[in-house]
Amino acid sequence: MSQSGGLDLWSMLFVFMLATFVGFQVIQNVSRLLHTPLMSLTNAISAIAVVGSILIAGEQKTTFATVLGTVAVAASVTNIVSGFLITDRMLKMFKERGPGR
Amino acid sequence: MRFALTQISYLLAAGLFVFSLRWLNQPKTARRGVAAGVAGMAAAIFGTLLYPEIVGFGWIAIAVAVGTIAGIPLSRVPLTAVPQRTALSHAFGGLAAGLVGTAKYALWLPEGALTPFRTGAIAIEVLLGFLTFTGSLMAAGKLQEVIPTRPITYPRQNLINLTLLGIAVASGVWLVIDPTRWMLFPVIVGLSLLFGVLLIIPIGGADMPTVISLLNSYAGLAAVAMGFVLDNKLLITAGALDGSSGFILSVIMCRAMNRSFTNVLFGAFGQVQVAAATGEARPVKSATANDAADYLEHAARVVVVPGYGLAVAQAQHRLREVYDQLTKRGIDVKFAIHPVAGRMPGHMNVLLAEADIPYESLVEMEDINRDLPQTDVVLVVGANDVVNPAARHDKSSPIYGMPIIDADKAKMCLAIKRSMNPGFAGIDNELYTAENTLMLFGDAKAMLGEIAKALTGEGGGGH
Repeated sequence: MSQSGGLDLWSMLFVFMLATFVGFQVIQNVSRLLHTPLMSLTNAISAIAVVGSILIAGEQKTTFATVLGTVAVAASVTNIVSGFLITDRMLKMFKERGPGR
Repeated sequence: MRFALTQISYLLAAGLFVFSLRWLNQPKTARRGVAAGVAGMAAAIFGTLLYPEIVGFGWIAIAVAVGTIAGIPLSRVPLTAVPQRTALSHAFGGLAAGLVGTAKYALWLPEGALTPFRTGAIAIEVLLGFLTFTGSLMAAGKLQEVIPTRPITYPRQNLINLTLLGIAVASGVWLVIDPTRWMLFPVIVGLSLLFGVLLIIPIGGADMPTVISLLNSYAGLAAVAMGFVLDNKLLITAGALDGSSGFILSVIMCRAMNRSFTNVLFGAFGQVQVAAATGEARPVKSATANDAADYLEHAARVVVVPGYGLAVAQAQHRLREVYDQLTKRGIDVKFAIHPVAGRMPGHMNVLLAEADIPYESLVEMEDINRDLPQTDVVLVVGANDVVNPAARHDKSSPIYGMPIIDADKAKMCLAIKRSMNPGFAGIDNELYTAENTLMLFGDAKAMLGEIAKALTGEGGGGH
């Protein structure tokens, strides 16, 4: 267990490093126009914490953990729902110059 | 089989998240980016629900219902309130991470499953999660003006704050050495919550764009730490994307203010220079809406500089009316966007987009400054520090060195402002007393409405 745990640490660090690198590359190209939608979108994406929260709430091992997990699921789902919806709402507003101008 | 299906969903989700951000690069593909994000999230949740450890779905279903009911109104806030909403969602993100970390610690403690690595990851997750939670709540409170927006300071602030953080970190280290010493856990939680509050109260509204970006980054890193705790690479990937995004935005914001991270976090901007603001009273020339309409109408090139005042007055739709009247006359109208105008990155762009102003007319600071000397009229609407020429030459000014929009270099400047009270940073703005500046005193919305009316009245019927 301890040995495989150690190996996993390294693969997790690899994933972390590569994902950060990809993040830097992709986000540097985001137009400044869209920085507010970018923030609300990454917000919704980081609500991926829902994955961990669902596991805790669903395992139902102790009441304490289940309650915390349930609150965490609610908080994450709030971010997912409001984050994606508001991003789309904002993006709909960005229009090119109409044909009449 | 189930395991493989989960892993495939996670892989798919990670890929979709990367594409989601990639498509967000430009307005044309941006909405596709949202669709990809939603698909990725759906895949992630689907994969998670397959875990055999999940024995009951009741609580999950209730939480999902509550989250949906809370999330929908939060997505419908007026666009002027988007910074608050963003801060609030960082708070929720931090809370989720902190709670999951706490639950995991409580579950693993009796099982004897707390390896030093797991304990360390939990300590980091809980620290980041809870400090992001209270810090973001404070930021949201300041943005909503429930809490005073002025920096709140007290003696030895930085020393006290850093000592508290130091104790929290030391407790975390101790816990890694001896994970069964569970009394340390509430200490870490309490100090993180307290540190989050203390970190944000000395920060003023003008620094909010940086602080929100920084909290964004912390929320992402808390998700990364959760990934390390749960041995979940999807969490690490998505958290890292969020973390790097927040980091890049904070760097951009800091650069746009010519300040360092440490200065933003520990500088208590807008506190010290109150004494310096009392110089000799220079004469101010003011004008009426009719005068302004007249000047604008006879210009060939107009540049509008919007600032936070535009958002406060909710004046974007009136501005749009003025824009329509002017473009109808064949006048070239551009909007100069300073990176830190408003209370979060990109705030002005979203407001102007809401008012249906085409995004090609929104020009970044660096590009517009080249055109300003050939511009006939600059119209400043609720912007202050970002057009203060003192940033270029007055070494004693607290904003010295900050890149600004050179509104003073245009042939003429019209500035809409409530009164001559100094702006957010409490600094006199010499633009307002400059030779070629006319002040339009009043509420931005009312003033722009009057200008639009004057323009419509004067034969707005076209040529």
